[in-house]
Amino acid sequence: MTAKERLAIPPQPMPEHPPAERVHNMDEVALGYTLETARREASRCLNCPNRPCVAGCPVRVRIPEFLAAVAAGEIDRALEIIRENSLLPAVCGRVCPQEKQCQRNCTVGRMLGDIGKAVAIGRVERFVADHASGVAVAPAPRVGRRRIAVVGSGPASITCAADCARAGHAVVVFEAFHREGGVLVYGIPEFRLPKRIVEREIRNLRAMGVKTVSDFVVGRTLPLSELRRRFDAVFLGVGAGLPRFMDIPGEDLIGVFSANEYLTRANLMKAYREEEAVTPFWHGRQVAVLGGGNVAMDAARMALRLGAESVQVIYRRSEQEMPARDEEVRHAREEGVTFLTLANATRILGDDEGCVTALECLRYELGEPDASGRRRPVAIPGSAFTVPADTVIVAVGSGTSPLLPATEPGLRLDAKGHVIVDPETMMTSLSGVFAGGDIESGAATVILAMGDGRKAADGICRYLAARTDCIGKGVLL
Amino acid sequence: MARILSKSRLSDAVYRMGIEAPLIARGRRAGQFVILRTDSEWGERIPLTIADADAARGSIDIVFQTVGVTTKRLSLLEPGDRLADITGPLGRPTEIRDYGAADRRGWVVVVGGGVGVAPAHPIAQAFHAAGNRVTAIIGARTRELVIMEEEMRRASDELIVVTDDGSAGRQGLVTAPLAECCAGPERPDEVVIVGPPMMMKFAAETTRPFGVKTTASLNAIMIDGTGMCGGCRVTVGGRTRFVCVDGPEFDAHQVDFDSFIRRSGAFRREEKAHRCRSGLFGSAGGAS
Repeated sequence: MTAKERLAIPPQPMPEHPPAERVHNMDEVALGYTLETARREASRCLNCPNRPCVAGCPVRVRIPEFLAAVAAGEIDRALEIIRENSLLPAVCGRVCPQEKQCQRNCTVGRMLGDIGKAVAIGRVERFVADHASGVAVAPAPRVGRRRIAVVGSGPASITCAADCARAGHAVVVFEAFHREGGVLVYGIPEFRLPKRIVEREIRNLRAMGVKTVSDFVVGRTLPLSELRRRFDAVFLGVGAGLPRFMDIPGEDLIGVFSANEYLTRANLMKAYREEEAVTPFWHGRQVAVLGGGNVAMDAARMALRLGAESVQVIYRRSEQEMPARDEEVRHAREEGVTFLTLANATRILGDDEGCVTALECLRYELGEPDASGRRRPVAIPGSAFTVPADTVIVAVGSGTSPLLPATEPGLRLDAKGHVIVDPETMMTSLSGVFAGGDIESGAATVILAMGDGRKAADGICRYLAARTDCIGKGVLL
Repeated sequence: MARILSKSRLSDAVYRMGIEAPLIARGRRAGQFVILRTDSEWGERIPLTIADADAARGSIDIVFQTVGVTTKRLSLLEPGDRLADITGPLGRPTEIRDYGAADRRGWVVVVGGGVGVAPAHPIAQAFHAAGNRVTAIIGARTRELVIMEEEMRRASDELIVVTDDGSAGRQGLVTAPLAECCAGPERPDEVVIVGPPMMMKFAAETTRPFGVKTTASLNAIMIDGTGMCGGCRVTVGGRTRFVCVDGPEFDAHQVDFDSFIRRSGAFRREEKAHRCRSGLFGSAGGAS
């Protein structure tokens, strides 16, 4: 096929559940490609020599190669290629912001003058992960005698654990919750990332020989110092872990939730299955979501599925500055979420029983760009107005959990409370202790966390190779 | 792990269970709690304070009242059965110190109300072991609901039992002997209060005029217990704090108890519906 012929193939649309149906269930919204559409989409790749897509991928998946394999119908081979660099293709194919990474650089999109017409790498990746067969993960051979503790089981930890296991080390993953997966299981909703997919990825990790221990809170069940004594290296991938609130009056009213709590009840605790699940769920009718990121979109769409009559996202900049992925905003809008931009809550009002009744808001306009490069929102004096609501979900980001730093004073943090690491090795201020993901970078994305996990695994392996002693004591717990 | 080793019924709706949990038993300190589930697929995570522990046997004791579906299901388990999960020890341990000086022993008053006597027990034990004189005040509605009386006696120098109806010990509320402690010639160095939110509110008001350092151990609604969900937030001194990672113990004179009491009932309607559906509480779903 010539380049011209490839460019002539139209982008293959992703079939989706119709909005009117999907707001009443938790089924995945995007249905996925068929073999035929996946091959056709993969055939659009020009296999251009400078491979800008690979440079845009935080874990450097060999994208042109796996696309070529799909175009040829060799799905298992495509998965092998992806797995060289990413252990979580089913997850990344669904939740990566491809339009800001690999697809943003795609030559096809550039030649067609529209990033939206770039090769849909994420969709093809998802197809590969969902449809490859006979791809059992082989146990990694134990060539090293070193033992590594991985704290947390989200995307940074999974990647770090897998890479360390591949390098031949014994790895134990410690998870505080009763189920592994971190934000993939408590935060990202079923309709965006079905939990069976996360479970499959965790099974793959175990199949490689990684041991997982749930219900184990490092810093409480055992102190970090104890893990350092028992393991040759420790990776901290515990996530951002502490929801931020607005610090406005009324946040203690009944009906105000952090997005973390709201989503954890619905996702991890399965509270949406009201007949079976014991964890109670809050039935909001008029829901206001504060924030404009992916988590805000997840919470808003979850509220609709749980029976809300109206869901409004309140964001203080304009829609252009919204950090959420375009696709998430589009899905939310299709489903009936409304957007109140250039406005922010200043106070939450309640009734005599302490239940939320309304939000007091101010209108904003955009001023000069701030440090983040986005135009700074400025409140318009005298513009106060109220928005009726019985539920307020606060989705304005997360900080670092105080748990590890409080129990390990030697762990140095920056002014924002994130763990400081050497950017080359990802080692913290504690020798042999590495960190990555949101605990080090603040709230980011799954794939960036995976990139950190990979870099840290490399740092750990080099650190261990340079040491001749082996401090592992032979008993894990 | 998490096998149930023993079970006894302390009153009509209050149970005590020994649970196999070696790491928690070894690491736990006074004031800390666990989170457990009874059902691995649909279970709810509930926080329960550790009432006692045996590091050598690798077990902890929990005491709970059957107020909801999870505690009811827990009460139906028998020795040999297993919990779905148990996590801990969580929360910051009680700051135990010996208040004594060369010329006098330190004096700590530990107040436990209702099931709150169970979490008060290790706190009394620890202050006592540190060398302080400990006065324990335990209160209940009626004799049948007084729990762990003998253990509290062993963990203290002086035990005062109070019941609303006078069927055991003194008649009245825990605030009466507490006020007497504070009003005497010698003031307690610290008062620790654990119990129903309303009791803690009044106990805090009792000690406030005397300026006695008062610590309240709060039991809030929470999911993860590691700071992630923020459901357990409480206003202390005008600031939002998380019970799970900043607490569970706070300066009782700074806690906004009215807000705390309201938030404790946030899911009352949903919980009642669950009780009805579960069929474990009769058709009315039991007390709200």
